[in-house]
Amino acid sequence: MSNENHSVADETIKISPDMFERATGAQKEDSEKIAAPSLSFLQDSWRRLKKNKAAVLSLIVLILMMLASVAAPILAPRDPNAQVIQHANLPPKIPGVDINGLNGTSVAGTTRVDKYEQQNVPDDVYYFLGTDSLGRDLLSRILYGTRVSLLIAFVAALFDLTIGVTYGLVSGWYGGRVDNVMQRILEIISGVPNLVVVILMLLVLNPGITSIIIALAITGWISMARVVRAQTLKLKNQEYILAARALGESPVQIALKHLIPNLSGVIIIQTMFSIPSAIFFEAFLSFIGIGIPAPTASLGTLINDGYKTFRFLPHLMWYPAGVICVLMIAFNLLADGLRDAFDPKMKD
Amino acid sequence: MADNREKILEVKHLKQYFNAGTKNEVRAVDDVSFDIYKGETFGLVGESGSGKSTTGRSIIRLYDPTDGEIDFEGTKVHNISGKKDMLQFRRDMQMIFQDPYASLNPKMKIRDIIAEGIDIHGLASSQAERNKRVNELLELVGLNPDHATRYPHEFSGGQRQRIGIARALAVKPKFIVADEPISALDVSIQAQVVNLLMELQKSQGLTFLFIAHDLSMVKYISDRIGVMNAGKLLELAPAEDVYNRPLHSYTESLLSAVPLPDPEYERSRRRTQYVPRQANGEEEKMREIVPGHFVYCRESEVEALKQKEAAYHK
Amino acid sequence: MSNILEVKDLNITFDTFAGKVQAIRGVNFDLKKGETLAIVGESGSGKSVTTRSIMRLLSQNANIEKGEILFNGQDLVKKSEKDMQGIRGKEIAMIFQDPMTSLNPTTTIGKQVAEPLRIHQNMNKEEAHARALKLLELVGLPNAKNRMKQYPHQFSGGQRQRIVIAIALACSPEILIADEPTTALDVTIQAQILELMKQLQSKIDTSIIFITHDLGVVANVADRVAVMYAGKIVEVGTVDEIFYNPQHPYTWGLLASMPTLETEGSLYAIPGTPPDLLDPPKGDAFAPRNAYAMKIDTEYEPPMFKISDTHYAATWLLHEDAPAVEPPAEIKARQELFKKRYAEGHPVAEGGTV
Ligand SMILES: Nc1ncnc2c1ncn2[C@@H]1O[C@H](COP(=O)(O)OP(=O)(O)OP(=O)(O)O)[C@@H](O)[C@H]1O
Ligand SMILES: Nc1ncnc2c1ncn2[C@@H]1O[C@H](COP(=O)(O)OP(=O)(O)OP(=O)(O)O)[C@@H](O)[C@H]1O
Ligand SMILES: [Mg+2]
Ligand SMILES: [Mg+2]
Repeated sequence: MSNENHSVADETIKISPDMFERATGAQKEDSEKIAAPSLSFLQDSWRRLKKNKAAVLSLIVLILMMLASVAAPILAPRDPNAQVIQHANLPPKIPGVDINGLNGTSVAGTTRVDKYEQQNVPDDVYYFLGTDSLGRDLLSRILYGTRVSLLIAFVAALFDLTIGVTYGLVSGWYGGRVDNVMQRILEIISGVPNLVVVILMLLVLNPGITSIIIALAITGWISMARVVRAQTLKLKNQEYILAARALGESPVQIALKHLIPNLSGVIIIQTMFSIPSAIFFEAFLSFIGIGIPAPTASLGTLINDGYKTFRFLPHLMWYPAGVICVLMIAFNLLADGLRDAFDPKMKD
Repeated sequence: MADNREKILEVKHLKQYFNAGTKNEVRAVDDVSFDIYKGETFGLVGESGSGKSTTGRSIIRLYDPTDGEIDFEGTKVHNISGKKDMLQFRRDMQMIFQDPYASLNPKMKIRDIIAEGIDIHGLASSQAERNKRVNELLELVGLNPDHATRYPHEFSGGQRQRIGIARALAVKPKFIVADEPISALDVSIQAQVVNLLMELQKSQGLTFLFIAHDLSMVKYISDRIGVMNAGKLLELAPAEDVYNRPLHSYTESLLSAVPLPDPEYERSRRRTQYVPRQANGEEEKMREIVPGHFVYCRESEVEALKQKEAAYHK
Repeated sequence: MSNILEVKDLNITFDTFAGKVQAIRGVNFDLKKGETLAIVGESGSGKSVTTRSIMRLLSQNANIEKGEILFNGQDLVKKSEKDMQGIRGKEIAMIFQDPMTSLNPTTTIGKQVAEPLRIHQNMNKEEAHARALKLLELVGLPNAKNRMKQYPHQFSGGQRQRIVIAIALACSPEILIADEPTTALDVTIQAQILELMKQLQSKIDTSIIFITHDLGVVANVADRVAVMYAGKIVEVGTVDEIFYNPQHPYTWGLLASMPTLETEGSLYAIPGTPPDLLDPPKGDAFAPRNAYAMKIDTEYEPPMFKISDTHYAATWLLHEDAPAVEPPAEIKARQELFKKRYAEGHPVAEGGTV
């Protein structure tokens, strides 16, 4: 046995005989830390969310956008559908701002001209974000449009969270024959394309928000149901679920106390997928002419209209597109923040 | 003799088949019968897949048995219906699980995990009483009540196992099924948990069904032991007898495979192989060889087994 | 006997969100040709990290801060990844805990055993196949010839672990590292695997590093034992020295907490929990849980004290100024028992033969 490997007592240490007395409890002090404040899981999650700056900022932005769209009738400077043909295609003009693009001028050919002057718009008339080809105020249209798009987003999220989650939980939890039947039903529903549902809806309803919402109600929650079911199947044999059953917990309580909190991550992610797809679904329907009927604005229709004249009047596309981008980014950052906030393992 | 003690649980011809009637039918438990007396620890051992967990879960009614009957304090467990009776049963019988990482909900605080049973059964009339009870339970299992507001991931395996024990004790059960409660822990922590279980048994008058494959721990904690193999109970006797006077050759092979912390002993160990016998049409069932010592055997073998048992006493 | 492997003053840290985890804090040991060294210790004490560093299979966030790993005199810490690939599987092989995940589910086991032979020994297909068959027969896989064409899921857990061993032994490595190879298996299969490893060792004379926390297994397989606690080796000695004459209080606790078939009354349990390696305590890391702790333990880390040529322990109790202490009653009772058993001359107790 080679022993140069093992160091022998280091002589640099000052050793005095009294050091060989028994150590007292205080010297041994084990590192029991002070208890964390007594908060509920939700309070705890809120506390963690507040630490995430991007998520908080996103939350504020979303709240502001929501307030603005709810208050659209008050905030909007003009009627969004009122056409003032003489004022068509005006660029943005904001009082007191003299920056190209925001001062009512635009480039025609090679020279920059004041469009407002050209079209004889009175001096005290300002269109903050300009007008479209029918002379409608873009700002007002965006405010109303956001309202429609957010409504659709929330309806989609609502169906996801109610029908989708419940369907998935029931199917996964009961398993066996119940699961079998429920899965077959899902397959049938998902076999029918959304578009067909909307077109069928046109037989009984006029095109518009109602038929889009009904289409979402019928098919929008399917992928949520699938994801939740798969996770439930996995979770239900976890020992903490068995322990809850052994304690006599009812299935509803198990779902609320154990399954949903542990599914929160996938539920949030899935919701965040379905919100943009619902918004774009509406835009697509409007584009092919069976969505929101003509004068009503939504972010989708605004972008579509703007895109047609993008070369000459870029602001008609930029502003609604900007709003949608901000919405999407805010939703995603908030979702990330929420997912982390619901995970107690994240360091805080 | 054992027989004049009060029986708390009777398992009669329990059969638990999975995917019954299909091609991949699994006879996880196949006609198993045993009794557990009040206040004792009944150990169940056997190799992986022998049906120990399935037996435990059928007893606590997480599964519905294919056939047979389980009587707990005289009532048939699987006939209990009605919310009130069912809740009472859930209070009387509790379970401790194997995996300290999977048995606690990661999104719940320790306080709420332990109080789950208190909430379900309405055992606390106010928030303050609930907290007080949780703190008592934490102290009972040797944890610091200050930790009630933490999450499971902040604890080590042994501490988590104690939390699982506290959760089971919260409803003041009479009978606890402990499914390999120490297998996932390392040796030094195993001792903490085993000591705790034994103290609790004394102080709370509990009865345990203790499932494990670590035979030296089972011997240490159990009063009587049942040995399972392939869904059948092969030998049932007081712990001492199973270890010192094994009669079934499967029990012998199991014992001969347990490594002991003694190098000298290990150097001279000889393992024995278990070769299941061919059926020859003769009825096999549990037969009492000497009082309290049962072996799964044929009528024609009883005499030989009696001699084998007698030989141990020489 | 010569040392095939020497680990000197190894220090390893991990970068994590919470800070630097000091997983290995100055580990020294050596391994001789043909011997089996068992490493025991609590979960998280650094057993796996130590052995993975020998294979240079540590995760991305690991840093080898200091130390040498001398394999036949060459420092593995300084080797390039390419050189290591030539050593891994050929000269140093490893078996992992979980027989389910260490095999590729989509390849037949015959191919999986033949692969290292073709890579490291430039065998052609037929040679490799023939050798693979030999290996599978050697590890006792029944009907190996036909079963080589089967996939991992068609084997039981114990059989899979045999196949993993066959792969590890394919190139007759000089060192075999087994990280808890039997923890996932039940006692009967565990016994078979242990027997198999011993047989194979005597045939091809490999050195084995065997990690486990089951002291029964240690007693069965080991020639020497290293006891780890909180990233350090606290005691090392021959298997008899560790089991019959342990010196470190942690080793006492470990031994006493395992019941023998004779234990009555309550078990000895080490109180408390292991230290947080993000911020290891000053002095002896075991002191907070040690009933024998002295003032000096809270100040200075104990060095290795020599008990015999082969037996060392890091505890201040062995210092000449330290008071004499009695090991826990359980340890003494156990020694009495062992003595008695051997005096009576029948070390094999119950269950020996049929
Ligand atoms: N839900 C299930 N569906 C189908 N087969 C099952 C199910 N649960 C268990 N089994 C099978 O029943 C048999 C007994 O399983 P059980 O879990 O009771 O074994 P065990 O003795 O507890 O083993 P271990 O020591 O590995 O926990 C095994 O073959 C297992 O594969
Ligand atoms: N990738 C990693 N990142 C951060 N810390 C790590 C990493 N791998 C290991 N550790 C830490 O290093 C320490 C030693 O871990 P190791 O896996 O070697 O323990 P062990 O003794 O093998 O335990 P077990 O018996 O549980 O396998 C632990 O504190 C662990 O948390
Ligand atoms: Mg089991
Ligand atoms: Mg490890």
